[in-house]
Amino acid sequence: MPTVKMTVNGKAVSADVEARTLLVHFLRDTLELTGTHVGCDTAQCGACTVHVNGKAVKSCNALAVQLDGAQVTTIEGLANGDTLHPMQEAFRDNHGLQCGFCTPGMVMSAIDLVQGKSNLSESEIRAGLEGNICRCTGYHNIVKAVKAGADAMQAGKGR
Amino acid sequence: MHNFAFHRPASVADAVKAVGSASDGKIIAGGQTLLPTLRQRLASPSDLIDLGAIADLKGIKAEGDGITIGAMTPHAEVASSAIVQGAIPALAHLAAHIGDRQVRARGTIGGSLANNDPAADYPAAALGLGATIRTNKREIKADDYFQGMFSTALEDGEIITAVHFPKPEKAGYEKFVQPASRFALVGVFVAKTKGGVRVAVTGAGQEGVFRPKEVEAALANFSADAAKGAKVPSGNLNSDLHGSAEYRAHLISVLAGRAVAAAK
Repeated sequence: MPTVKMTVNGKAVSADVEARTLLVHFLRDTLELTGTHVGCDTAQCGACTVHVNGKAVKSCNALAVQLDGAQVTTIEGLANGDTLHPMQEAFRDNHGLQCGFCTPGMVMSAIDLVQGKSNLSESEIRAGLEGNICRCTGYHNIVKAVKAGADAMQAGKGR
Repeated sequence: MHNFAFHRPASVADAVKAVGSASDGKIIAGGQTLLPTLRQRLASPSDLIDLGAIADLKGIKAEGDGITIGAMTPHAEVASSAIVQGAIPALAHLAAHIGDRQVRARGTIGGSLANNDPAADYPAAALGLGATIRTNKREIKADDYFQGMFSTALEDGEIITAVHFPKPEKAGYEKFVQPASRFALVGVFVAKTKGGVRVAVTGAGQEGVFRPKEVEAALANFSADAAKGAKVPSGNLNSDLHGSAEYRAHLISVLAGRAVAAAK
């Protein structure tokens, strides 16, 4: 079996996996980081979104072996101890979720979307979240949360 | 997904060798189409040859009368490239609207052109701009490259290395997306080039991307109103629950007009 080495949430990890192992299964089953969710299993819903080398990707649509040497950040890697990342805090403050299943992917997508940008409009946020599907909320509070999270990150509270 | 042997060559030559020695080898670029296909077991290759570690295949540069984009350059990089935005803004606009953000971070121009999905965006740009597809063996003109749905001039073991786009005087791209899948129900690329006006349509044709000669003829003076008046025959267009062939024919003229109006 091929050996995969990567850095996940700042920690070097290494494991022998089947070549067909998707990144999401490597994260969930091998590393037991179950915050990343498998929603649709067809690369449409975005619940499995993580950051690979700083960019949001769908971890159900990449093989672990393709990402040998990559830097990966999952939802577990955002908070600093008990202090939530400003985007996580914004989702909580704005009630940007109902069942919460899509939330890890939404938060990871949102952080990538707003990084380095200021004053994203509502329509830019909606277009930027096209790769993430929520079946509960109708997106209204998610968009509000992303806006608030972006402002908090801009204000220097974020990373 | 069935298992396979995985190869991650560091050069195009090694990739060609790995494909040649596999019993049923398949090349993987960004994998945004291939991985879902494998997971549905619509394909089960013996070997996957990943081009992701070949540095030569990445990057965008100004070259001669246009720009050259490495086959493994992701859509997001094309969309945000100052070189592309400066030389062919319509191409940057097209790349910025492929799939969704996560797909644009992984999906590549070479993968899109090699797959030639009948609703993909890049084939419209390549055919509309009269691009040249460069492979490990030769250069192929876009007019000779696209050979029907999911079919191209690529031979077994032939790998796209880069795509060269000549700079047009003006170009534009407009698509009408299917609201759930976000794939182009119809997408129209228009370009005013030194050699005349070129128009390429994706999403609508039964044989994949094509040039509607009625629209090209109507666009001799590159006027949006003339494009809207062009009558496109519906005989070779797709008809499904999302839209009839006649509807798609109508959309081609309408979108061609919008693309001309938006052309930069």
